[in-house]
Amino acid sequence: MLDLFLFAIPAAFVLAGALIVIFAKNPVHNAMGLVLTLASLAVVYITLNATFVAMVQMLVYAGAVMTLFLFVIMMIGVDKAEQTKEEIKGQTFLVLGTLILLGSLLTYIVINSGFKWDLWFPAVDYSIEGTPDVLAGSLFTSWIFPFEVISILLIVAATAAIALAYDTKTRRDDD
Amino acid sequence: MSTDLIISGIKAFLILGLLLTNTILLIWLERKLVAGMQSRVGPDRAGPFGILQTVADAIKLLLKEQIMPLKADRAMYLLAPIIALVPSFLIFMIIPLGPDLNLEINGQNIIVPLVGADLNVGVLFFLALSSIAVYSVVLAGWSSGSKYPLLGGVRASAQMISYEAAMGLSLVPVILYSGSMSMSEIVRSQSGHLSSPIPFLDAFVSIIPKWNIFPQFVAFAIFFIASVAEVNRAPFDLVEAEQELVGGFHTEYSGFRFAMFFLAEYINMFNMCAITATFFLGGWLGPTFSNFLPPILSAFMPTIWLGVKTFALLFIYVWIRATLPRLRYDQLMELGWKRLIPISLIWLILSSIVLGLREFGLPWS
Repeated sequence: MLDLFLFAIPAAFVLAGALIVIFAKNPVHNAMGLVLTLASLAVVYITLNATFVAMVQMLVYAGAVMTLFLFVIMMIGVDKAEQTKEEIKGQTFLVLGTLILLGSLLTYIVINSGFKWDLWFPAVDYSIEGTPDVLAGSLFTSWIFPFEVISILLIVAATAAIALAYDTKTRRDDD
Repeated sequence: MSTDLIISGIKAFLILGLLLTNTILLIWLERKLVAGMQSRVGPDRAGPFGILQTVADAIKLLLKEQIMPLKADRAMYLLAPIIALVPSFLIFMIIPLGPDLNLEINGQNIIVPLVGADLNVGVLFFLALSSIAVYSVVLAGWSSGSKYPLLGGVRASAQMISYEAAMGLSLVPVILYSGSMSMSEIVRSQSGHLSSPIPFLDAFVSIIPKWNIFPQFVAFAIFFIASVAEVNRAPFDLVEAEQELVGGFHTEYSGFRFAMFFLAEYINMFNMCAITATFFLGGWLGPTFSNFLPPILSAFMPTIWLGVKTFALLFIYVWIRATLPRLRYDQLMELGWKRLIPISLIWLILSSIVLGLREFGLPWS
């Protein structure tokens, strides 16, 4: 019972935040909705005994990334009216298609499981707490290759962003 | 289970009371100290030495009218002071105030750790909450619907992001030295005295306590500078520079909402000093004088030591404010990105090498 409450309350906040992201008119409200979603997800991680992941979620996503979002929104100004024109051709149909696909997948799982609600709580070994030692232990031994590949990927992305933004031809006389 | 809950409840109430009364003392102390350094008298009307001045100010703010600007964004305007206050109270929960207490209640032996919550990710919890606190300043600045607060808010978000990076990086060597992210473990790892492999040096070094400030003096300097910037105090108070921005992000706040920002600022200052003391100055470690003090008093000695270290750091904060002029904005950014972050990265590599040599010896031997 306590497990259900500990899941349902943060989950409700996750959903509420996501709805604010979609429906709020003001970009700052959208961003704060996303903060609510990310922070509530951190609470969900804590209930799953993943304390380290929860703290990193708060620090990186709810903290740093979203502050940058807000900073950019404030810099470019929020008074511009929202564009209601479709940017991508057939946007509505694409979204509808994805929605139907996801909905049918969910229905299939629910029917296939014989309407058992314990699907909400997959078997988790609660005896292991996601402390920094445990996480670092498996990250730097069995998962070292994917870890290094992802770090290279991130560096490539950052370098590419700088290369795209920094035009060497026009900026040469500045430096 | 229920005794745990009761103990946690008592702790929460005590910490709430401590932080609130401490803020009153802190504001008075700062005004008196700055007045002394500037050859003024300072508050001296309310109560002995003017110590009740802050109480009078608080009552005045409580009774004042709440004004909301017409162009303000209502929801965010009301949310901002709350976001300011909540993290400042939560951060104090992870600061260990002393060793575990052994209490005997109704014949039962109960061990009470003198810390709100001893998290094994305490350092990350502190960093995460201080990054949440940025929102209060940003939102307050933006939602006021006025130009000066907006400028203050934009400045604040840029400044706090910049200095958080240096702050987090300067803490990594400390975590490496202590071998834990738990605040209690970091304090415990600093007990004892320094030692040196060279016998001649060892005689000199062994009288110095093994506080992190001695092996990690560069990290301490970076953390201290970044913490001053993080709580937006002079010389990094561009966020609320009176001469340029009226009052900065809280210009449009009045009455109790302004008091909440004020309260959060001073609690953050106190937290930051207590955390600096915990990371670098040995926290509650210190002689307890258990030989000639009654046991009740010597049980409180660790907490008193933490208080002494915290207030010594707070004195330095006030001293800096009274001494140094404000930085220009480009100087502030340059100091953060071009000085503090590279130095902390180099220091991290250096101390990792030293630590590796101490643990595993030379790589070729």
